[in-house]
Amino acid sequence: MSAQQHAQPAPVGGSLFNATTLVCGILMAITATIIIVRLFFGLSSTTNVNDGYSWGIWVVVDVFIGSALACGGFCMALLVYVFNKGKYHPLVRPALLGSLFGYTFAGAAITFDLGRWWNFWHIFWPGYFNVNSVMFEVAACITLYIIVMWIEFSPVFLEKLGLRDARRKLEKSLFFFIALGCVLPMMHQASLGTMLVVMGGQVHPLWQTPIQPLIYLLSAIMLGYGVILFESCVAASAYRRQIEVSLLNPMAKVMLGIIVLFLVVRFTDVAVRGALPEAFRASHIALTFWAENLCLVATFLLIGTVEARRNPARLFLAGITVMLSGILLRLNGFLIAFDTGPGWSYFPSVPELLVTIGIFAAEVFGYIYITRRFPVLPREETYAQPAHS
Amino acid sequence: MKTRVGNGGVIPAGRRRFLKGCLGTAGAAVAGATVSERAAARETYQRPAEALGLLYDATLCIGCKACVAACKRANDNPPEFSTTDKLWDTPLDTSGYTFNIIKTYRSGTMATKDDEENGYAFMKTSCMHCADPSCVSACPVTAMTKDATTGIVAYDPEACVGCRYCVVACPFGIPKYQYDSPTGKIGKCELCRHRYKDGHYSACAEVCPTGATLYGRTSDLLVEAKRRLALTPGSVTTYPRGNLSGGPQQSYEGKVGNYKQHVYGETEYGGTQVLKLSAVDFAKVGMPYLPPKSSASTSETIQHTLYGGLLMPFAVLGALTYVAKRNVHHEDDEAPPAEPPGREES
Ligand code: SF4
Ligand code: SF4
Ligand code: SF4
Repeated sequence: MSAQQHAQPAPVGGSLFNATTLVCGILMAITATIIIVRLFFGLSSTTNVNDGYSWGIWVVVDVFIGSALACGGFCMALLVYVFNKGKYHPLVRPALLGSLFGYTFAGAAITFDLGRWWNFWHIFWPGYFNVNSVMFEVAACITLYIIVMWIEFSPVFLEKLGLRDARRKLEKSLFFFIALGCVLPMMHQASLGTMLVVMGGQVHPLWQTPIQPLIYLLSAIMLGYGVILFESCVAASAYRRQIEVSLLNPMAKVMLGIIVLFLVVRFTDVAVRGALPEAFRASHIALTFWAENLCLVATFLLIGTVEARRNPARLFLAGITVMLSGILLRLNGFLIAFDTGPGWSYFPSVPELLVTIGIFAAEVFGYIYITRRFPVLPREETYAQPAHS
Repeated sequence: MKTRVGNGGVIPAGRRRFLKGCLGTAGAAVAGATVSERAAARETYQRPAEALGLLYDATLCIGCKACVAACKRANDNPPEFSTTDKLWDTPLDTSGYTFNIIKTYRSGTMATKDDEENGYAFMKTSCMHCADPSCVSACPVTAMTKDATTGIVAYDPEACVGCRYCVVACPFGIPKYQYDSPTGKIGKCELCRHRYKDGHYSACAEVCPTGATLYGRTSDLLVEAKRRLALTPGSVTTYPRGNLSGGPQQSYEGKVGNYKQHVYGETEYGGTQVLKLSAVDFAKVGMPYLPPKSSASTSETIQHTLYGGLLMPFAVLGALTYVAKRNVHHEDDEAPPAEPPGREES
């Protein structure tokens, strides 16, 4: 490895108007319309949420899954700044950008799902705090983290604007924000798991455990690395750039270590609580439990060896299997294995789905805009040379 | 929880350090929850001494639904229709506009009342005013509160943000939201606390002709419930009506039902202030099995162990800040290439 390793980030450039951004624009407009209808006519005008399943995909997918998929930034920061793996540095900014959008839009999504949204500031007003509430912890932590991420990312804007002094000053204190940017997501990702605990017997025993915070935390870290694998491959192919295999290969190995840990914790917990027989019943619950965990086993089959990890296609697929597992963990806990008694059912309505898709489109659009206009992705030349590992 | 599990011997030193570090910082925090659970555990709350509540005796209920109508009136709730002619208020379940409802258990020919086989029975559904309510623990903005004296679980729409965590958290599915309204509120029974200043008590108990719904201090109601369970089925006893713990008694004589020997709500989740008696198995009439330990106490124990006094977060933050301060400047993009390279290898 050489000093060249530190590729300077640079704007990708190019036009902002293309088929992708056009589609994103249309989807965003549809989403905005649906949100306005929802705000004027109540939740039942656009969603299928009901008292049995009061949290639909706007909460579970946009916020719980969305924020978990946005863990790439903190995972990279952890690797680079805390465990001092400087070689991963080129992956930091793109990952942080993904997180920034993921969380910012998750924050926006929860606002219009709130039934009494004009009171949202109560969550930040000491007179209203309920520090016993897991929801309070999650909401406060996520909000703080969004602010911290914008600060962490601001050097990119200052750089673009040529404000070198301001940037230098900011960077003197950046280490603190980076540390904060690691602690906050660890806290609220763990708490997303804790949210299930108070629901008691309504959550199936395979997912109802006091160890849930550890399970969610490990899953979020796995997801973070999975998303980086996925994003790097997508960004590379979209911009016709070299895939950073030399970096992704060892990083994927770190991810595998955490997967092992996750599976051990997950199955030990289920076995210790005596819930294992539930996994062997002939039911869709058992099926979805196995799907969740076999995705992780599949990751090992895909990229278990150093050789396999040199193959970009396998890295890409492994990213997907890890993401799937994390998505299923959250869907299972909050929707599929959540049972509020007979008579209730939920499946998202078309407008609900469109909003979720629109939020995703907004994230893609933001990502394209920023990477084309601001220095985020590493300058291409560095990677034109043959990859090494 | 030991960290040993992650290292299979094949993982190189650097990676091992990473895994250890991950656990050391974050994992330990969570693992700590299990280890120190006993020390930090928050016990399941019990009812306040003067707790108010209801005793619902399904064997006395005649299904007249006077309590449902009275509840609507007392809470200014509009009727809800489930029939095409829209003549009567016919809600099928509690909702954002219906806080109390009588449901019917049916089996086979429905010949006899309170028979599990070929019989039918009634069950009242409304807030149980739990001793350790999940809804109160869940609510992020203290819109759900439990009165320290009366134990009534009250709702304040002015504080509520409408997140509906209370809706998903309640084991009885009680808080309901008004989805059809842009300014929707949560609706649930508050034991008619707004009527106390006028000398009234819970409207459902006030109107109940049979005393199947009885109002009073939960401690008194519990004594009454146990008295009924101790009687011989078929024998005759005196049943009070209205308010057990105050005012004139309007009692009458009636036959003792064939009770299941269980006061529902005596110990469930630490106890509830609404108690129930039934001749049909409680699970069959929609009352879930709940252990004596509340899920709110488990949830808050985790929460306090991890974040109590913010000690753990600050400790982790301190450690990470220290490490990050050492590492960050090496990665400064603008640092001149004169900086010695090679720090990445470790
Ligand atoms: S029954 Fe539900 S709404 Fe009523 S106090 Fe208990 S948890 Fe809260
Ligand atoms: S919906 Fe309102 S009362 Fe229920 S938990 Fe949320 S803020 Fe609290
Ligand atoms: S008023 Fe009394 S008897 Fe009539 S349905 Fe209600 S609880 Fe039963």
